[in-house]
Amino acid sequence: MQQFPCPWCGQRAEVEFRYAGDAGVKRPGRDADDRAWAQYLHFRRNAKGPAQEVWIHTAGCGRWFVLSRDTFTHVVTGSEPMA
Amino acid sequence: MGGLIQHRAGVARHDAVAWGYARAADSLGVHIIQDCEVTGFDVKSGRIDAVETSRGRIEADRFGMAVAGHSSVLAAMAGFALPLQSYTLQAMVSEPVKPCLDVVVASSSHGAYVSQSDKGELVMGGGLDRCPSYAQRGNFPMTQSVVASLVEMFPSFATLKLMRQWGGIVDTSPDNSPILGPSPVEGLYLNCGWGTGGFKAIPAGGTLFAHILATGIHHPVSAPFDLKRFEAGTLIDEAHAGVAH
Repeated sequence: MQQFPCPWCGQRAEVEFRYAGDAGVKRPGRDADDRAWAQYLHFRRNAKGPAQEVWIHTAGCGRWFVLSRDTFTHVVTGSEPMA
Repeated sequence: MGGLIQHRAGVARHDAVAWGYARAADSLGVHIIQDCEVTGFDVKSGRIDAVETSRGRIEADRFGMAVAGHSSVLAAMAGFALPLQSYTLQAMVSEPVKPCLDVVVASSSHGAYVSQSDKGELVMGGGLDRCPSYAQRGNFPMTQSVVASLVEMFPSFATLKLMRQWGGIVDTSPDNSPILGPSPVEGLYLNCGWGTGGFKAIPAGGTLFAHILATGIHHPVSAPFDLKRFEAGTLIDEAHAGVAH
């Protein structure tokens, strides 16, 4: 089973984690139009290759972090706390 | 314990259906060009003129994009994003045994389904893998979960060995319903986001998409599935979409 590096708990089995979405998605301001809200809520890069993803360590410390992972090779190159 | 049985249900061999469609299309004069990769889109002032491929340039007035598993990759080439996330959906088969199961059994609470093929193999699978992926192999935790569920339902299957396991990429949309209709690029039309439900619905999807490509406008049935629904907030509540294997 693949191990993911939690920034606080270290290397742990992937089943302890849950995927939560693309990293770096910015919430628009209150006056944003429908298009901007749709982009924020639904439209994703869905990259094939290197990606920055938000994960949560559900069965561990319960904290969110950003995982650098390749969606084609599944190689993980690092993790860091949410900015 | 409880369950439902659907007496008029059946099993269709999806690869045979796909080949049947391909042969029929070919005999009607449709050119099916294999090993031909799209390398780019020629878009001028928001309108598509041609598709560049590994085997040359193809020009047309209207283009249809039906590339399940790689819709976001091609959309990015054409300069736009889609409300899709790609996941691996895996399946596996056991060694062949004498006939022992003449129905398809699916359990939502176990997250697994199983049927027996004509060759005697038990064909089984479950839900999507837990992380977005373009790797066509599948992760071990889901393989384990499917096998564990199967053995819980049929303890006697525990002695069988798995013979093959594989994974395909599916594009899932926020409401688990497909996206059909115009893209943000004029002349380029979308047929994507079928998630795990493609095979069962694609005869209807193909008819609707042919209508869109032939006329340039929606069929009344396909209109609600337009990409604009995510902006308008008219997402589709399709009962049991994505879970009814």
